[in-house]
Amino acid sequence: MSGTQVKEKKSVTLGSIWRDKHSRGVILQIIAVIGILLFLGNIVSNTVENLDRLGVKVGFDFLSEPSNYDINQTLIEYSSSDSHFRAGLVGLLNTLLVAVCGIVVATILGFTAGVLRLSNNFVLSRLMQVYVEITRNVPVLLQILLWHGILIHSMPVPKKAEALIEGVILTNRGIYLPQPIPQEGFGWVWIALLVGIVFAVFFKRYANRIQTETGKLIPAIWIGFVAVIGLPLVTYLLMGSPIEVSYPELKGFNYKGGFVIKPEFMALWFALSIYTGAFIAEIVRAGIQSVSHGQTEAAHALGIKPNFTMRLVVIPQALRVIIPPLISQYLNLTKNSSLAIAIGYMDLVATIGGISLNQTGRALESMGIVLGVYLFISIAISAAMNVYNKRVSLVSR
Amino acid sequence: MKKLLPIAVSLAALTAMNVSASTLEDVQARGVLKCGVSTGLAGFATPNDAGQWEGLDVDLCRAVAAAVLGDSEKVEYVPLTSKVRFEVLKSGEIDVLSRVTTWTFTRDASLGLNFAGVNYYDGQGFMVPAALGVSSAKDLDGASICIQTGTTTELNLAEYFKLNGMSYEPVPVETSAEGRQNYIAGRCDVYTTDASALAAQRSVFEDPTAHVVLPEIISKEPLGPVVRHGDDQWLDIVKWSHNAMLNAEELNITSKNLDERGANANDPSAQGLLGTNEAKLGAMLGLDKKWAYNIIKQVGNYSESFERNVGKETALKLERGLNALWTNGGIQYAPPLK
Amino acid sequence: MSTTKKYPIGMHPALPPPSGSVGPVRWMRDNLFSSVSNTVLTVMGLYLIYIIVPPFVEWAFIDSVVLGADSRKECLKIMGDDRGACWSFVYKRWGQFVYGFYPVEERWRVNLAFLLVAATVAVVLVERLRANKALMIGALLLPVICFFLITGGLFGLVDIPTNKMGGILLTMIVGLTGIFVSLPISIMLALSRISKLPIFSILATIFIEFIRGVPLITLLFIASTLLSYFLPPGSNFDLLLRVLIMVTLFSAAYIAEVIRGGLAAIPVGQYEAADALGLSYWQSMRLIILPQALKISIPGIVGSFIGLFKDTTLVVIIGLLDPLGIGMAAISTTEWSGLGTELYVFIGMFFFIFCFSMSRYSLHLEKKLHTGH
Repeated sequence: MSGTQVKEKKSVTLGSIWRDKHSRGVILQIIAVIGILLFLGNIVSNTVENLDRLGVKVGFDFLSEPSNYDINQTLIEYSSSDSHFRAGLVGLLNTLLVAVCGIVVATILGFTAGVLRLSNNFVLSRLMQVYVEITRNVPVLLQILLWHGILIHSMPVPKKAEALIEGVILTNRGIYLPQPIPQEGFGWVWIALLVGIVFAVFFKRYANRIQTETGKLIPAIWIGFVAVIGLPLVTYLLMGSPIEVSYPELKGFNYKGGFVIKPEFMALWFALSIYTGAFIAEIVRAGIQSVSHGQTEAAHALGIKPNFTMRLVVIPQALRVIIPPLISQYLNLTKNSSLAIAIGYMDLVATIGGISLNQTGRALESMGIVLGVYLFISIAISAAMNVYNKRVSLVSR
Repeated sequence: MKKLLPIAVSLAALTAMNVSASTLEDVQARGVLKCGVSTGLAGFATPNDAGQWEGLDVDLCRAVAAAVLGDSEKVEYVPLTSKVRFEVLKSGEIDVLSRVTTWTFTRDASLGLNFAGVNYYDGQGFMVPAALGVSSAKDLDGASICIQTGTTTELNLAEYFKLNGMSYEPVPVETSAEGRQNYIAGRCDVYTTDASALAAQRSVFEDPTAHVVLPEIISKEPLGPVVRHGDDQWLDIVKWSHNAMLNAEELNITSKNLDERGANANDPSAQGLLGTNEAKLGAMLGLDKKWAYNIIKQVGNYSESFERNVGKETALKLERGLNALWTNGGIQYAPPLK
Repeated sequence: MSTTKKYPIGMHPALPPPSGSVGPVRWMRDNLFSSVSNTVLTVMGLYLIYIIVPPFVEWAFIDSVVLGADSRKECLKIMGDDRGACWSFVYKRWGQFVYGFYPVEERWRVNLAFLLVAATVAVVLVERLRANKALMIGALLLPVICFFLITGGLFGLVDIPTNKMGGILLTMIVGLTGIFVSLPISIMLALSRISKLPIFSILATIFIEFIRGVPLITLLFIASTLLSYFLPPGSNFDLLLRVLIMVTLFSAAYIAEVIRGGLAAIPVGQYEAADALGLSYWQSMRLIILPQALKISIPGIVGSFIGLFKDTTLVVIIGLLDPLGIGMAAISTTEWSGLGTELYVFIGMFFFIFCFSMSRYSLHLEKKLHTGH
């Protein structure tokens, strides 16, 4: 840009340096750096002074001390004699669990609502519009609280609950389901599943190559599907069905055994999925509408069947528009899961940033960890996003 | 240059920043005491219909305000959840924390805080619906238990159940109101917290007799006011505001008879406390001569405060028990005023 | 007279469409029952409406109680067997829902501020009024006027401490301050981020990505507890002010990204034209680039504002009493306990009305701007 600059031969004064675009930029940047360093230095020195005055130590040694508190939903082994670090890990896994479950349901809901919103069916498209407008315009915290209230007030207490079908019981302390417990030999089923998946992937590639070379269509999807489902199933039967089912039974105050989904998890999961689903629906709608009608017409002109038109022409182009905002919605959902604190779901913020912080008084360190973890998640996803964006933009132009 | 903080400078123009070393001077300059209390716990700190705060913890705030400012009404109450209370105190936003806070080793030694005494000796108990038919905490194996997060009760509970080889499902809640809602909806079978707070919770149920408090007390919970490290004078003021109320009860000085007792020249202890003789107890704390007089006149002695807020005539119906004076078989024991 | 009239080719007047291809029947056949699966979906949709809407209307309006009850028990007594909503606590505590604990005799100041804000919104929205310079300058002065109106301290107005502010007033303070103060900051951030000076670009990127990478609740938690560690010892300032600072920074980061999108959409030709005219960086930004970029960013900015407005409910978690906090305090009393659903639905309706009308306005703007090209 600065190719047209004329070299000045006058004596260099302060004024002339300032008037020069390039050197002014350098000066401004130096000032900015000094300002930021001063600012940060000040914060650090204040913090040190404040901590000193209160006589508080800083360090992460508390992470290895026993946490001494219990958590009601743990994906990994955990007891009150485990460390604060492990408690934080339990919280992180709970955050990830609700985020992943929420993302799956929100995506399904969002794509369904987005497509139906464009359907010719007047009732359905209006219904979807109402869903989107209502959930999008009400704070998600309220929706979480509302779902939690509904779940704990409208479902029966365990003593009054009756089984819906054998082993399925709805109570206000959660939904109890029969839990399959793998016995010896079940490992082979996992191996069979893995083999099935690998086979399906390679077969699909092979089928694609055949199709590009000869134009012959092989129903690779179906064959792959059979491999992924059938292989483990056959192995399972050959091993003599190595699974025992644990049924929930009312013992004392609560149901024991089986698999339980807590109302706190459900409330958070439903609320986040429904809320984010509304945003995704709008993204999907905009994405599909962004594909020019000419594309569909061209596909028709080429004699591509309507079914394939959607799959091979419209969707791939729409996805390019849909995916970036979709990922940012996924990130929002993950961040919103921190509202778990309002209903007592033990996520990252509630464990390490809540109870551990409070019991040990290590506020700076605990919040630092929480912020760090969230930052790591979002930066990792953003980075993946950028890679994807580069790839699609190369393909398109 | 170290103190250059452009943002803070511009903020300083907007807000009154007070940089000062002594809490006492701060409070006197401000003319109001900032006191951290519960978000609403009957008998200890709760706003009444007129919006006025009352309770045992509130009385401690009022006593300190009376001692320092001469007026027990000059208090700004800052309702705090159990979770944020210590950070808010450390940040200097409040001058004293009087919020059913248990004095423990870790809190005293590692949080940068000091406990200024015990205004209520408590212990953790359990409350269950009477219909459940449970008579002992040992029968609670497998129960769902509502518990406030960020409290010592959380730790006691984990320890108690582990020790007795029992299991339970913790249902964490943030405030006592949230806990009550979960408990009433049947999300949990048991509500656990300090026995005094259980009595408080029970008193606001539609039918208090439908709930029983189990006999087991599983922990020691000495509840008391807390101040920041590094200001010994302020610690002494809070400590002795509380002790003045205890000593007044021991000397049988009440808000009714204090003028009479203070005038009696044959009663040097009472006169010393009330500042009507030559003893200059107030000056040693950096306070007015009338500091204790103001406390007892405006707030009352410990017994008056206790009976007014949590005693038998109130909805909580608590016995003095451990909180009786040492002369009456309790363990409330204030050092002498010498 | 059975002669058929001859028309030149292509000049035959349009005939009415064959019967059955117009009218409601045809429309229903096309739109609702065009295929088996479509019919099934239609029936399912209608059934869904049937099981949700009538019971809700019955609960919220027909069987509900608003006046005449002083507690939930009395509500239930009035309702008898038809269990509807008990809105009495909203009616009883309406003052708190709107003003928080703002002193009753000073509430006119809040009303006046609300009125001024409404007037300003009207000025900004109505095109004819927008042209009036004097009115626009008045609109720009509004934040200052409202600040002094609500906090007091000038012109003999009584000082009102910020912990007395709650309810809808608090939502408005947080929401409006957040958007107005963050706008200039976000413009600077966006310009820095796309700046050719690497240091500015890096600093802005770090700031924006940090704020956008963490949940608002953690930032609010920092504002309420940890911020004091970073300030000079002994200094202390108002909790509401700290929250406002955090909310402003938060929304600035989000709006900066919206504006960056707007800047990216400006054709390179515009930048080059500005350079060719010999305009300085600031001149070209102020006169050429920013007006265009901001114009196309308006829908996005309104979107961010709606998000921010909804997020103000999070302040309840750090103990500020917004409408949700006021309501939670109300339902934790003996008289009103157990009215959670009513509370959430009521607050939900309040937010819906505001956010929905804003999003409609944004849509309207988007359409208007679209046709302008």
